[in-house]
Amino acid sequence: MATRDVSPVPPRWDRTMQQRLARGEAAALGELYDRYASLVHGLAHRVLGDERAADAITRDVFAHVWEHPGTYDPKQGPLRSWVAALTHRLAVQRLRATETAALARGGPGSTEDLERKVRRASVAARADYIVQSMPAPLRAALESAYFKRRDYRQTAADLGVTEDEARRRLRLGLQLLATAQDAAAPGSRGTPPEIGGAA
Amino acid sequence: MTEDPFHACDDPGHQARVPLPRDSVEDTGAPPPAPATAAQSAVQPLTLEHPVLKSLLGAWALAACAPEEAAAVEEHLDECGACADEALRLREAVGLLQRPESLDLDPALRTRVLESCLERRPPRIPVPEWAAAYDAETARLDALLQDFGDAEWHAPVRLRWYEADEAASRRTTVAGVIAHLMTVDGLVAVALGLDDPLGEVTAERPTPSARTEAYWRAAHFPPTRSVRAPWREQTHSLVRTVSFTGGQDARGGMPVQYGDFELPLHDAMLDRAFECWVHAEDIADAVDYPYDPPSGRHLHHMVDLAARLLPSVLQARRRSGLAAPAERRLVAAGEPGRSLRLEIEGSGGGEWLIPLDSPAAKGSAEHEVAHVALDGAEFCRLAAGHVPPLEAAAGQVGDREAIKDVLLAAASLSRM
Repeated sequence: MATRDVSPVPPRWDRTMQQRLARGEAAALGELYDRYASLVHGLAHRVLGDERAADAITRDVFAHVWEHPGTYDPKQGPLRSWVAALTHRLAVQRLRATETAALARGGPGSTEDLERKVRRASVAARADYIVQSMPAPLRAALESAYFKRRDYRQTAADLGVTEDEARRRLRLGLQLLATAQDAAAPGSRGTPPEIGGAA
Repeated sequence: MTEDPFHACDDPGHQARVPLPRDSVEDTGAPPPAPATAAQSAVQPLTLEHPVLKSLLGAWALAACAPEEAAAVEEHLDECGACADEALRLREAVGLLQRPESLDLDPALRTRVLESCLERRPPRIPVPEWAAAYDAETARLDALLQDFGDAEWHAPVRLRWYEADEAASRRTTVAGVIAHLMTVDGLVAVALGLDDPLGEVTAERPTPSARTEAYWRAAHFPPTRSVRAPWREQTHSLVRTVSFTGGQDARGGMPVQYGDFELPLHDAMLDRAFECWVHAEDIADAVDYPYDPPSGRHLHHMVDLAARLLPSVLQARRRSGLAAPAERRLVAAGEPGRSLRLEIEGSGGGEWLIPLDSPAAKGSAEHEVAHVALDGAEFCRLAAGHVPPLEAAAGQVGDREAIKDVLLAAASLSRM
């Protein structure tokens, strides 16, 4: 998670991009792909666990944005969050459709298993997105403590911050990450909610 | 202790320190098990204030605090409902941390996705066919750079080309190559009225190599990964800007000055696509990554550009005594003349008849004096000065002098 460059994008870029897409500028579509393809593909893959299926979702997401650029409203938030939410929705839809079809063909498991699987995949993808989108200092602290197994004092030293600050970052990072579960609580399963709140 | 985040979780010693995944907590409905570090050793809890205990919850959930602190937190959780709720929530969140998956996107996916989009809704402002190779090649190179760390950015690269029929080379780094691409792409940017990436820096001559040397010299430090963003931004603005210049123009668009020569815009964009691929391959070699040749469609355009440039290069070389003299028989402009058949095999291949005696003459099958056959990517490496010219052709039949002249001329197309 530390290897991906997530450079902040000014809101003006989002608006200009939408206008260029609406104008039918193919070069804009290329730029959009270059900026978001790895995000889209990564999220789709986290939900679906399959390369081909993730490719197909990637195609569907960019086709949707290209065909309906007007459905994005810059006032509602960053384009990045909107693209992530769209990816999430399409990927979860596809997972549910595939699993339902398998069940109808007499596959193993119950409807409850299916719902649990969909929910788990959905939460995992949302968590990925939250980690990628959280402020870099929080992400760095989590990476140090979890992946590198440094305790908070070592983390503080590694990152050049006080021990108080290291504790604060670890707690805040986990608090953000914990919101991945909220939206996926039972009852909200029909409409996968927006996932941009933590960005 | 391993520092590799990708393998940290495979270490059984680690699993004891990281809280159990959330599923087990959720399924049993039980409170989170205490971290093993605190539970297994009879550690005396410290006496800590509530705000401190609260601030430790994140570190505790990650098993990243001292055993005494963990014991203090756990003791506190029995008494404080708010902290216990948060502790459970954070422990579950830890279970959501996942190792990153492979980020390598199949570069061919870009073409497939974009094509499928453009079929569904045809663009009002398309990327011209002559700029498509540049668009694709810059995207492929950018994808290669995606996961480079500092070691890769500073890996040594040797740029190679042919100068006066001799192999020449110049040492730089991966970041230096990107700076080189950016400064030379800048010639097209300047022709289009965009900003010159050289900025305040002045080059002695407006040639690709002089501009590159000037840029490298002007930097106080060797180029770093920070060169990627401005390079990429310029590639995007070039594609965007040429999309608006209109794709239809019999002369191939406005001239782009390279100092010692000029190319029409359409050919300049093909030339830049070609350079981008060649240097991407240099970079991939330097860091030991695989890198494929361009798609057949784009490779074909690149070979075609080289084949079209060859007659005037032959003429220039003849004038400076580097190539055999033309046949005495005069060839009027537009008339068929002595020709070499260039047969390019493989994806993107085809056949070109190269007029040998004058750029104004027409290539002619009836006047064919020689036939050279080689693979498309190999021909491009020849034109890039990456293979010794006289060893390049796989198959050759006919006038040996003509073949030698054409191969040397192809290598002389290369530059830094």
